[in-house]
Amino acid sequence: MSRVAVRRATNATMNILAALAALVVILPLVLILGFLIFRGSTALNVAFFVHLPTPVGEPGGGMANAIAGSLTLIGLAAAGGVPLGILGGVYLAQSRDRRLPWLCRFLADVLNGVPSIVIGIFAYTLIVLPMRRFSALAGGVALGVIMLPIILRTTEELVRMVPASLQEAALALGLPQWKVVLHVVLPTARAGIITGVMVAVARIAGETAPLLFTAFGNRFWHRRLDEPIAALPLQIFSYAISPFDDWHRQAWAGALVLISLVLVMSLLARLATKGLYNRRRTYG
Amino acid sequence: MADGIRITRLNAWFGPRQVLRDIDLAVVPRSVTAIIGPSGCGKSTCVRCINRMHEVVPGARVAGRVELNGEDLYAPGADPVEVRRRIGMVFQKPNPFPTMSIFDNVAAGLRLAGVRNRAALHEAVERALHHAALWDEVKDELGKSGAGLSGGQQQRLCIARALAVEPEVLLMDEPCSALDPIATAKIEELIMELRKELTIVIVTHNMQQAARVSEWTAYFLLGELIEFGPTRGLFTSPRDSRTEDYVTGRFG
Repeated sequence: MSRVAVRRATNATMNILAALAALVVILPLVLILGFLIFRGSTALNVAFFVHLPTPVGEPGGGMANAIAGSLTLIGLAAAGGVPLGILGGVYLAQSRDRRLPWLCRFLADVLNGVPSIVIGIFAYTLIVLPMRRFSALAGGVALGVIMLPIILRTTEELVRMVPASLQEAALALGLPQWKVVLHVVLPTARAGIITGVMVAVARIAGETAPLLFTAFGNRFWHRRLDEPIAALPLQIFSYAISPFDDWHRQAWAGALVLISLVLVMSLLARLATKGLYNRRRTYG
Repeated sequence: MADGIRITRLNAWFGPRQVLRDIDLAVVPRSVTAIIGPSGCGKSTCVRCINRMHEVVPGARVAGRVELNGEDLYAPGADPVEVRRRIGMVFQKPNPFPTMSIFDNVAAGLRLAGVRNRAALHEAVERALHHAALWDEVKDELGKSGAGLSGGQQQRLCIARALAVEPEVLLMDEPCSALDPIATAKIEELIMELRKELTIVIVTHNMQQAARVSEWTAYFLLGELIEFGPTRGLFTSPRDSRTEDYVTGRFG
């Protein structure tokens, strides 16, 4: 075989192998989604989204309180985790000091590796014990702590990727550093930071362990943030280990709703922040 | 005190490495001064000391005096942000802000400094784009991204962005080294126009360019200013043999 032919054959083989690898990677996701739709859609109806869970034996009911609870918990966690993580990430990327950023980075990576149930214990000790009650607040703090290192590190990476020449251009215009970061660096890194935030949201949306003894779960609507609150993963967990077929079906439906929720939020975040600058653009 | 830029005993370091040694240089107002010299001779560092951009690099240090119209830019109370407003800069590679439209790029300096008046902004942007000889090419697409322009247009956009804040001095750090000859010619034409109102310091690798656009030329070698004088004199009858070696192409 000529050298060109060998190269062509190698190229074709590698192309096929790479495509196969991509397929294998996507396969589990497709299978999970397909299986969830197959099992979950049977119990999915309007009642599922608007009704509270029914007592054992009584058919029907839904997970409206858990859907609202999960959204509340994610909102609480994001309210603390997103601004703190982004501000901290900018600091890590921009600081001229070496030791404090090094320590922060190291601790964030350790925090990222801490099992989520341990973070639940942390929130339990910090908030549940002094308040003497389980609460949405405690759950939100636990989830926020899980979000924090993810957002911190992605923001740092992305701010670092903004070319130094852009910062220099902005500084040379006579702009103070904070305006350079706010109006040039962060907008340039925006898409990546949003991806990081959504990865963090997806991660905490499915967390169950840290909620067990913080948010605790609730069969009814929560009225205040210092009360126990329902959450989809908790509800799925307790329904899945129950002995009732009806509850099993609802657990599948809950899982489908949870995964769709994350998907829809990712899409909305992308749409809402897409072309932020294009809309704000003015012509004098 | 004399007008223009006066540099006295300027020294600069990157960490432990000294890159400028006792530079003394006086730039005449409303003229073009070219800084030439082989790579690594400190010519970029020298202009970056003028608008206090050198200190932005971690580990960088400056000692000495740089005056603009008699004011010491390194005085204890001097604000580097204010210095950079008065002394604009154009970089080697065109670096328009990728998230901003052409209009927003030019307006950025004013808008982020707090100018809100739409009419004033529009006027300043149009004037700066005219000044940078870019208006006719972009006037119908001010809302488009600056990244879609050609390299030469991007560089003129960066010049317009620097001009919009109405600096007294424009520093140009090898502004044509990433451009083709036609784009280079346009920028050089522009420099000839701008020098009527502005003091320009241009770093260049291209000796022909220095000869074409500048009235004064400084030759740097290994962090030292070897020779400074009227461009014609420096190229035709250099006083220092090292300058002669460089401008005749025997070295560098």
